[in-house]
Amino acid sequence: MVLQELGIKFEQYDHPAVLTVEAQAKYVGDKGGGLSKNLFLKDKKSRFYIVSALADTKVDLKVLSQRLGLGKGGIRMAPEEALGQLLQVPLGCVTPFALINESASYVSLLLDKEFKTQPHCFFHPLSNETSISVQASDLDKFLKSIGREPSYVDLEANPPVGKDQPPDLAILVPSGTIDIPDAPENSTPSQAVSEKSFPVQKKCTPASVDSVKSAKPSSADPNAKDKPNNAAPQPNAFAESRLFVDEILKKTTELLLSELTEDVAKQEALANSVRKHLAPDLQNLTRTFCSLLQVMFKNTAYTQGFYAGSNCQPKRL
Amino acid sequence: MEKGEDKHEEEQDQVVNPWEVTAKDGGKIDYDKLIDKFGCQRLEEPLVDRVQRLTGRPPHVFLRRGVFFAHRDFDEILNAYEKGKKFYLYTGRGPSSEALHLGHLVPFMFTKYLQDAFKVPLVIQLTDDEKCMWKNLSVEECQRLARENAKDIIACGFDITKTFIFSDFDYVGGNRSFYKNMVRIAKCVTYNKVVGIFGFSGEDHIGKVGFPPIQAAPSFPSSFPHLFSGKDDLRCLIPCAIDQDPYFRMTRDVAPRLGYHKPSLIESSFFPALQGETGKMSASDPNSAIYVTDSAKVIKNKINKYAFSGGQDSVEKHRELGANLEVDIPVKYLSFFLEDDAELEHIKTEYGAGRMLTGEVKKRLADVLTEVVDRHRAARAAVTEEMVDAFMAVRPLPNMFD
Repeated sequence: MVLQELGIKFEQYDHPAVLTVEAQAKYVGDKGGGLSKNLFLKDKKSRFYIVSALADTKVDLKVLSQRLGLGKGGIRMAPEEALGQLLQVPLGCVTPFALINESASYVSLLLDKEFKTQPHCFFHPLSNETSISVQASDLDKFLKSIGREPSYVDLEANPPVGKDQPPDLAILVPSGTIDIPDAPENSTPSQAVSEKSFPVQKKCTPASVDSVKSAKPSSADPNAKDKPNNAAPQPNAFAESRLFVDEILKKTTELLLSELTEDVAKQEALANSVRKHLAPDLQNLTRTFCSLLQVMFKNTAYTQGFYAGSNCQPKRL
Repeated sequence: MEKGEDKHEEEQDQVVNPWEVTAKDGGKIDYDKLIDKFGCQRLEEPLVDRVQRLTGRPPHVFLRRGVFFAHRDFDEILNAYEKGKKFYLYTGRGPSSEALHLGHLVPFMFTKYLQDAFKVPLVIQLTDDEKCMWKNLSVEECQRLARENAKDIIACGFDITKTFIFSDFDYVGGNRSFYKNMVRIAKCVTYNKVVGIFGFSGEDHIGKVGFPPIQAAPSFPSSFPHLFSGKDDLRCLIPCAIDQDPYFRMTRDVAPRLGYHKPSLIESSFFPALQGETGKMSASDPNSAIYVTDSAKVIKNKINKYAFSGGQDSVEKHRELGANLEVDIPVKYLSFFLEDDAELEHIKTEYGAGRMLTGEVKKRLADVLTEVVDRHRAARAAVTEEMVDAFMAVRPLPNMFD
């Protein structure tokens, strides 16, 4: 077990699976130390957070949202799928230890400063059927061993946030957004846009272009049957490049505008203007670049097959 | 017999043939006169609109800007296409040098568009034998150059399931049908005729005299039995620069006598040298053209230093008189490569009125060309020796009309 390798002292308690702090309390509540409640949160830009606090600490999501610079109501509980996909833990098992997983590398961790006032605290490891108690300092050791700096926060504080008072927790906002394919706000479920949000670039990133390319072959056949007089040019290719470009523009403008202004209405207007001006250009770029890539992929595949086939021929007698 | 060149050129007149292009008195090429003299037709806007209707996509920028401005029987191709009769494309290159510049890519970029828009197969002839004869290069060197050029051609984005590239040295000797067609064609062209068309003299070696049938033969589908066997009725469309017209005038003359369709042509004007239309684009002067191997820095430098500007000498004079768009090279280059019609119009208006300065136009051009060259380089890097082999293999293309 990782903790042992790190020389961390801990007590392990096994119990039937528990889904709530109250249930957990039934088994380990009498052992002294503090129980933790762990919230898995998500903001509007698909960035994820674990807030780990003492069971008694009051955590106000509205306040937290403002302190993170996400505006009011910018943060909410993450959907269930994210739990499995990012933290790889079952329901009711959110824990700082989940950050040991690669999939959680972009999840930010906020720790209650009150943990430090306790001799030890209870967390789940990666299972609901166990609780382990560790000292806060040992938790830090664990976090550092996976390349994380522990961030302790006064979760009950409510400092004012405004023009002259920047959000005090803004640095804890992760740098990467993560797309969960089933998430409802993702308008293009067939596209896997790359993990980091990026400024508008002229070149497509290979990963995102791949998904466009892989979705295209299905459009090739129906078009072959089209008569030459058919006025609709490859509709699938156009629609996909439009979706792709829309997705880029949406993410870029959201990012830009959140930096510029908090006024949501103004954001909308600016976003529409940017989209209107950039979308056609980007679509053309995408289409020409992607169609060239598509033909190169096709040629490469054919060549490999041709080479293999021509080398397999039996020698003439 | 169609109108053609006279044997005796007037000394002052412009000279346009496959081996020489010179304007009259160091001026510009007069394309109207050329069309008149050659006897081909202007590609008018109704035809461009028709292409748009038939293909269901916007016409290529070269069509919109009149880069491909002349044709022979292109309307016949479209008529047949409307009735469901397809055609094949035939274009080529004389691989005389390793370094390709943007002007060389023009016919290939256009041919790729035609292949995509009409969904038709394409044969590309690399006339390594011609260059061997005319440029006095060794056979091996020409074959090598042919393969190198093939990579740049492939990088233009041709579809391997619809494209056959061949070098004369490789293909002509091994293919019985091709040589048969060559002989059939040669029998129909007298020595006097070929001298008249191409200007050969008693001093020219017989290789040159015997070459024209080789460039003519790919116009007939029976030259490619592995591709078009049983399709003797298939029409051929040849996109090329207008200096190649003599070859195909000769071919069109011969075709009916052999019972073949006359090949149709769609012809482009010449890509001007950086120093201006009067200047000559030469392989020996690297600053006369933008090469596909040039970096962004080199491109910017070449344009700034060598691109002939139609702007005035001083800013004040420029604001007053505006730029001379007729001779301005950056604007000319933009009309080839800037896809956005509206933006080009805007630049022409503003620059012509003196409100936009040369520097700005040159900067825009540098950006556009860098993008073209970068994209080409990236595609070129993906072309392997195996891919060239596959493109050049004598193989059937079962999906060539899909």
